[in-house]
This record gives sequence, structure tokens and C-alpha cells, in this order.
Amino acid sequence: MNTTLAIIALLDGISYASLLFLVAVGLTLIFGVLGILNVAHGSLYAIGAYMAATIGGWLTAQGYSIWLTFPALLVAALATGIVVGGLLEKFLLRRIYDKDPVLQLLITFAVFMILENVQRMVWGVQPYFMSEPLRALGNVGVMGIQYTVYQIIFLPAMAVLTLVGLRFFLRNTLAGAQIVAVTEDREAATSIGIHAKRVYFITFIIGACLAAMGGALATPTTSVLPGMGANMIVLSFAVAATAGLGNIEGALLAALLIGIARSFAIYILPEAEVLMPYLIMVLILLWRPLGLFGSVKARKI
Amino acid sequence: MKWIALVVALVFLATLPLTFDTSLTFAAIVFSKMLAVLGIFVLLQAGQVSFGHGMYFAAGAYCAAYIGAAWRGPDLIVLTLSAIVVSAIGGFVIGLFVSRYRYIFFAMLNLAFSMVMFALLEKLFHYTGGTDGMRVRRPTLLGWEFNRATFDVVIYYYALGLMLAAAVLVWLYLRSPLGQALKALKVNETRLEYIGLSANRTILVAYVASAILAGLGGLAYGVVQGLATPDMTFWTRSGEFVFIAVLGGIGNVVGVFAGTFVYEGVRFYAAALLDDSWQLILGIVLITVILVVPAGLIGLPQRLMGAMGAGRFKEKAKG
Repeated sequence: MNTTLAIIALLDGISYASLLFLVAVGLTLIFGVLGILNVAHGSLYAIGAYMAATIGGWLTAQGYSIWLTFPALLVAALATGIVVGGLLEKFLLRRIYDKDPVLQLLITFAVFMILENVQRMVWGVQPYFMSEPLRALGNVGVMGIQYTVYQIIFLPAMAVLTLVGLRFFLRNTLAGAQIVAVTEDREAATSIGIHAKRVYFITFIIGACLAAMGGALATPTTSVLPGMGANMIVLSFAVAATAGLGNIEGALLAALLIGIARSFAIYILPEAEVLMPYLIMVLILLWRPLGLFGSVKARKI
Repeated sequence: MKWIALVVALVFLATLPLTFDTSLTFAAIVFSKMLAVLGIFVLLQAGQVSFGHGMYFAAGAYCAAYIGAAWRGPDLIVLTLSAIVVSAIGGFVIGLFVSRYRYIFFAMLNLAFSMVMFALLEKLFHYTGGTDGMRVRRPTLLGWEFNRATFDVVIYYYALGLMLAAAVLVWLYLRSPLGQALKALKVNETRLEYIGLSANRTILVAYVASAILAGLGGLAYGVVQGLATPDMTFWTRSGEFVFIAVLGGIGNVVGVFAGTFVYEGVRFYAAALLDDSWQLILGIVLITVILVVPAGLIGLPQRLMGAMGAGRFKEKAKG
């Protein structure tokens, strides 16, 4: 493997890791606060992608400027996260917070089955493409290699922005402080007048929006296909588990680790591409059973 | 009463080839899936659920395909033994890792392993035949060769026998101290450790057992269909096993029978109508079962009788 190929692999890895982080951080945030692993998170990712492809495709078909596809990505992500995530929490998850963890898993798994089916019914099985945002931003030379600005500057910027924004929100705003309080001790938080139910609702919607955002931002770089949700839920779980479930900052590191390892595998040993993320996860879990930054504390954020 | 019902069911199943020979293949498929569901059922006793047992199901089927490709005309007994060995080894190695975890991690790690296996089966085209899968040759039994029609009957009895033997063994296992430890693990893991039993080892034993059951199920399924394909380890398949186990009810082995027959029956007759929305319906039924009838199908009669009993009690109280 020569240097050029190594640099390309590194750039691929960083751009992929940014998307992975967006989805995984939503999963880990929801787990940290609600204590539920949302298997349907993968579906939110996929629906976000389909929505972005549909709205973006419609805009370009109408002859609007391709720059309008950027707000379209955002609108698709927020609409998906708020509508699907909101309905899910309000009508289903709210009933199962006091149930067995196995039953909670089964319920979100059932939701995943339902949403995968709904996607097929709405969008069919043919792939969707929407590469306008990629073209709009053009290319940039990185260490002698031409790479798309969208993938190497825009996506990582979005990931870092999300991390910083989330940190700021949780540590410096009242709503964020309420979320942290409920995570630490739900009863104590309720007794000082925090509306725990609303905190759960808001957290779930934020997490859902992040998953949909990951999907929407992935649309320009990949074709939108059935089955992308199933792959993403296990992959983002691998990232969250490697970092330690519930750990937000660690998720960025784990996403980078897994994203870069995966893209190197593509160039060196293509068959091992799918194996790589899980290999890393298993090795790290063997070494630290609770993940890189996991601690014994029952819940963390 | 229970015993009579059981005997009637057994006699019916044993004489099925004489009466309805058209539904034999259907029944054999039901039995092979039942084996895999039994595996999930064992794990559910400890309160654990695996979203990845399709990988052992596929392992059993591919085992038959490879042996058939290597030696033309393999014996069913050889296939059975090798499926047991392969899935036991696989279950032990993966089990050593996953038995350290519970609930979310246990379920998701299994899912991750099965997704890896799915991807490998699809990608390593030269070894596995890719998406098309591999042909499973019709095996002999104790040296006898069969034509297609006779083989249907043979494989029916084989699957029935395997499934019944497995059900009895699971029943004995759950009554044994090891099985009781498994149930204790669901109630209170710390207490189990205080008695001096290793919780992880208890799970590991159950996990290997469940892997073998799924492997045998996959073997029977592969032989019946004559085909081993990657989608046997796709997440929808593993999800289906969990779905059937929960639908049937996790309190009793009989629930596995009831669950699989109802599930496959509905699927068999409704598939043509509902093919497009099959998963949608499964998901909705699963949520309904969990929220409304947590004991599953097998708990339904008790629940109904309980409701009637409560009604009578009220009448008496009024009178």
C-alpha cells in the first residue's frame, strides 16, 4: 500500500466516521437518558436518508438551485426525527419504561420490523441517488489528492459541531441541565419539580433527529437502499459499545477508530470490510468489557 | 387432560404421512423451525434474548451443503452429528464472549455476529455461492437411498423425531439443577453467585445448547429445501425465531409448538395476500402480545379461564 492510497483511505475513513458518529451519538444519548437501546434507530437513519433523497430530488427536478438541497437535508432530518421519533415516544415507548429490559428490546425490535416494512411500501426497493450537495461544494486538494469538500470538510464539521453543540446544550443550558439531572437520579429530579416525562420526550426526539441527520447527510455519498437501516443499527451499536454505552465524547473516538479501520480494510483486504468494525469492538470489549470509557456506574451521559 | 391432548397430538403427527401427504414438507419445515425456536426458548428462560441465532441455523444448513459437496450422497446421521459438532463449537467460541454480557449487549452482540456471517456468506462468492447459496444434496439414511417421494416421508419423520427428542431433552434440562440455575439467573443473578454457581458459565451452557438446537433446525431446514442460503442468517430470520418464541409463550415447552404452528400456518395461508406487509403485521402482533398477553398463546386459555373464574366468583359474591 503506497502513501497516496493510505491518504485516500484515511480521508474515506474520516468522512465515514463523521456519519457514523452522528448516528451513534443519538443511540448513546437515548440509552444514557432513557436506559433503552432503540433498535429502531437504524430505521430513523434510513427514513432520514429516503426523505432527503425525495425532497432533494423533487427540488432539483423543479429546477431550483442545487444549493437549496442543503436546507432540504436539514428539513428532511428534522421532519423525520420530530414526527417519527415524537410519535414513537408518545404512543409506545412511554408505556414500557418500567418493563423488563428484554421486553423493551423486543418492542423496539418490533418497531424496527414495522418501519423497515413501511419504508419498502413507501419507497419501493429501487435505489435512490441525490449527489447535488456533493457537486455543489466541488473538490479540494488534500496532501496532493483531490477529494470532495462535502465529504472531507462539511461532514467532519457537522460531526464536530454536533459534539460541541451537544456538550454545550447539556452543560450550559437549563434544558440540558434537566436532562443530566434526570439521568443522574430520576426520583430526585422529579421531586425538585423537573418534568421527567418531558425530558424523556425531548431527549428521544433529539436522538431521533441525530439518526435522521446521519441518514440525510449520508444520502449524497451513497445510494439509498433497503437494508441500510439494519446495517447501520449494528454498526452504530458497535461504535457506542466500543466507546462505552452512554458516553458521548467517546463515541467520536470510537467512530474514528472504526471508520478509519474499515476504510483501510477496503483497500487492503476487501473481504474483511464488514468484519473490521466488529473485530475492533470484540477486541476492545475483551480488553475493557464496558467499552473504552465505560464505567461501572449504572447510567451515564 | 393435558396428557390426553399430548397423546392425541402425537398420534396425529405420527400418522400424518398416511392421511395428508401433501402437507408433509410444510410440517417438516415447521419442525425444523421449531428446533431453532426451542433454542431461543432456552435462552428466554434466563431472561436473555438473542437477535442472532440465524447464524447457527445457517451453520447447520451450510454444514450439510459442504459435506454433500465433498462426499456425494452423505448419510443423514453423519450430517446430524457434524451439524451438532459445528454449531456446538461455534456456540462455544462465540458463547465464551457473549456469556459475559446480558440483555442489550447479549442481544446486540449476537446480532452483530450474525450480520458478519451474513456478509461473509454473501461476499465470499467462490466458497459459498454468494446470494444464490449452495445446493444441499439429498442424503441417504443408514446407507439407504430414497427417491423424492419416499424421502419426503423420511425427512418428515426425521424432523419430527429430532424435534420431539429435542423438546424432551430441553424439558429435562430445564428441570435439572442446571436448568433451575438458568431460571434463577433471570430472577436474581447475585443470589446465584452467592450460592456458588457461576452465572456466566450457566449462560454459556444454555447458549451452547441453544446453538446446537438452532444448528439442527438449520440442518433439517436445509435438507428439506435442498438449499442453504445467506438469508438464513439475516436478521429477519433471527427476529422470526424470537417472535415465535414470544408469541407461543415462554413459560412452557408446549408454547413453542403452539407458537410455531400458528405462525407458520398463518404465514402459509396468508403469505400470498400479505407478502408485502408481512413484517409490518409481525411487528404489530409482537407489540400487542407483549403489552396485552405477556404469557403468549400458551397463556391464553389460562387467562380466559381466569377471567371466567373471576366472573363466577363475582356472581357468587353478589348472590
